[in-house]
Amino acid sequence: MLKRYLTSREALLFAAIVALCLLIATRFAGFVAPSNLLRVFNDTSPLILLAIGQMIVILTKCIDLSVAANLALSGMCVAMLNLAYPDLPVAVIVMVAIGLGALMGMFNGILVWKLAIPPIVVTLGTLTIYRGFVFLVSDGSWVNSHQMSPAFKAFPRSELLGIPMMSWVALAAIVIFTVVMTRTTLGRAFYAVGGNPHAATYTGLNVGRTQFWAFTISGALAGLTGYLWVSRYAVAYVDIAGGFELDVVAACVIGGISIAGGIGTVGGAVLGALFLGIIKNALPVVDISPFWQMAISGAAIIIAVIVNSRTRRNTGRIILKSAEKPA
Amino acid sequence: MQMQSPALASADAVPVLALDRVTKSFPGVTALDQVTLALYPGQVTALVGENGAGKSTLVKILTGIYQPSDGTIKVDGADIRFPTARDATRAGITAIHQETVLFDELSVAENIFLGHAPRTRLGLIDWRTMNSRAQDILTGIGAHLNPEAKLRDLGIANKHLVAIARALSVDARVVIMDEPTAALSHTEIHELYELVEKLKAQGKAILFISHKFDEIFRIADRYTVFRDGQFISEGHIRDIDESDLVKMMVGRDMDQVFPPRDRNPGAQVMSVSGLCHPTEFDDISFDLGRGEILGFYGLVGAGRSEIMQALFGITRPSGGTVTIDGAAITITSPADAIAAGLVYVPEDRGHQGAITPLPIFQNVTLPSLGRTSRNGFLRLAEEFDLAREYTQRLDLRAASLDAELGTLSGGNQQKVVIAKWLATQPKIIILDEPTKGIDIGSKAAVHAFMAELAAQGLAVIMVSSEIPEVVGMSDRVIVMREGRMVAELSGDDLTPEKLVRQAAGI
Repeated sequence: MLKRYLTSREALLFAAIVALCLLIATRFAGFVAPSNLLRVFNDTSPLILLAIGQMIVILTKCIDLSVAANLALSGMCVAMLNLAYPDLPVAVIVMVAIGLGALMGMFNGILVWKLAIPPIVVTLGTLTIYRGFVFLVSDGSWVNSHQMSPAFKAFPRSELLGIPMMSWVALAAIVIFTVVMTRTTLGRAFYAVGGNPHAATYTGLNVGRTQFWAFTISGALAGLTGYLWVSRYAVAYVDIAGGFELDVVAACVIGGISIAGGIGTVGGAVLGALFLGIIKNALPVVDISPFWQMAISGAAIIIAVIVNSRTRRNTGRIILKSAEKPA
Repeated sequence: MQMQSPALASADAVPVLALDRVTKSFPGVTALDQVTLALYPGQVTALVGENGAGKSTLVKILTGIYQPSDGTIKVDGADIRFPTARDATRAGITAIHQETVLFDELSVAENIFLGHAPRTRLGLIDWRTMNSRAQDILTGIGAHLNPEAKLRDLGIANKHLVAIARALSVDARVVIMDEPTAALSHTEIHELYELVEKLKAQGKAILFISHKFDEIFRIADRYTVFRDGQFISEGHIRDIDESDLVKMMVGRDMDQVFPPRDRNPGAQVMSVSGLCHPTEFDDISFDLGRGEILGFYGLVGAGRSEIMQALFGITRPSGGTVTIDGAAITITSPADAIAAGLVYVPEDRGHQGAITPLPIFQNVTLPSLGRTSRNGFLRLAEEFDLAREYTQRLDLRAASLDAELGTLSGGNQQKVVIAKWLATQPKIIILDEPTKGIDIGSKAAVHAFMAELAAQGLAVIMVSSEIPEVVGMSDRVIVMREGRMVAELSGDDLTPEKLVRQAAGI
């Protein structure tokens, strides 16, 4: 049992992250100080939230390219809501952000489910539509820090037990979705639908509906992240998080989520996000140009895919009778 | 019916193509066992045999896709080998397949000459020559098509003509037609017959594979019969009649032993009445009792699996009623069917059954999660118990039920898929081709298991194309032809000859 966990994809990635941190520590010892690691985690929280949602979508053989645009639109909407009603409690703002994001996710899901349009086409379309809506609702103008209410801006920065709320939200999402994915029938359905949609149909699962829920979750998380993003950086404008969807997909791929569907864990997505987060945070402090940063992220994606496909191949099939006996 | 020696045949001429004791074995299965075949110029040889007789394997050997394990292939009396498909084409052997492999976005001429297009001196495609040669070939087979038309604009019959033209574009001497009329209408079939006559007149040797007796007796000059991968007989078609051919196809010594069964079905559990579908089947009615095994026999494409898919809620029938345990039910999804106690083990268990990245126990419990969960939350301990119970019943050998299903061998994956369905505790189980593609030992195990299920009171519907299995296992058999029920056989009426005659409509 222990051996299986030690050789799992997640353990490999965790070891790689530790090695990466040690390597950075040789150049800049302060990087591995606990306070700095917490800061890196906090910085990576939006990526972690989106990667968890994306992982679920990818598990069901789909992809959601609209997450960053969804984030921008949800973020802009709640920023303008705050502008119009500065006294609205943050809890309501958060619910509205999640609700708006979920609606956008449902729209993706409906198109995939009822019209059977390939997910990459649907979300490429809605990516542009949602981004366009940000311009329409804001008229192209910014919502700046001084226009936001103090409570609106304070939430992600306020600390509990010395850890910022933004990190707590990410931690809560990790726990909740680990439970959803491993302990609920819905989580099981995501794996089954992506692992073999035909077989899933024959076992009574509705493949389209399951994919719809995956998009809804991804959208809701994007909406939540939209509020966190806008309030933390205290600015909302049309282009926030532009191109961020590619980082999210990259985090999933590095985290061992199979693009073919059916394989992946919340832990993998989180580690994949952290890996990218560490590279983004560490390279500037050890004086490596941002161009190297992109090259290293890219190389990490390819290496991750190679490693994952190799471990899968090595497992192989048990055909020999002698190998079938309990080890 | 006496076995005719292949030597008799050589009186007419020298065969263009001859197979001598060709064997093809796969791990665990011998698909062809020392078969002999001879094709003569200007003659149509019908290759006849039940499903699983080895016809498809033979075509693959002749076209260079498979290599024979043993035996020799002779062209014009000289030994030859086809290491690749291209070598077979070069030797003048061409095949028109059941499902034609063509490219919708290319023109008719491009489809015909793909891979061997005429070139200009610069090595570019010579469009003018290609189009005019395509026109010649098309005219030669009586097809009035524009070589420059896009294939996607053509109907299915014209696409078929393009496939034939493609086969002829390589200057073939041997033309293999693998169930060429399966997708054609009556008029188109007549045009195909004329085409075959033209090819005969040009001196080509034709291997004609068909299940339809009327066309075999209409256009074939010779016949060769295979059964279970073995050569049975060959000769002139004029020397035999239909019943001789049926006897040769099915007349095996029933060496397969089927488990003894108490053939007294219990109370009615399911009743289907007037089930129909706009394009696939019409007016399907039958009753099914507890402990009964009801066979569905017919040629491939007779609509058997389609009925089962409609019963299971994969597709929607346009009319008819289904009653289970006396209550009329409407099944609009597989979940409804499973809830009503009806499960379907599909034919393609790898594709439609196994979820290989998922652990074994999760595969088993997937349709039963309603029982092992509370309010959407899983009870893993209950899941494990359920999975252990049913995998043990099927004698599954696996290191751990937590391992991915993909790590098991194919046979064990099948056990997991069957365990999955039994774990739902169904009243009725539909088995679609339960023993297709598995070796004889595993077949016996599946048969024993089916008998056991029936003995426990489960009603079994078995869709099968294997005659011994249908006759040996079923209490009653419904024979399907072209989407309709044409006969119901049981008791002494349930004989291989009657099955074949009803299914073929002779």
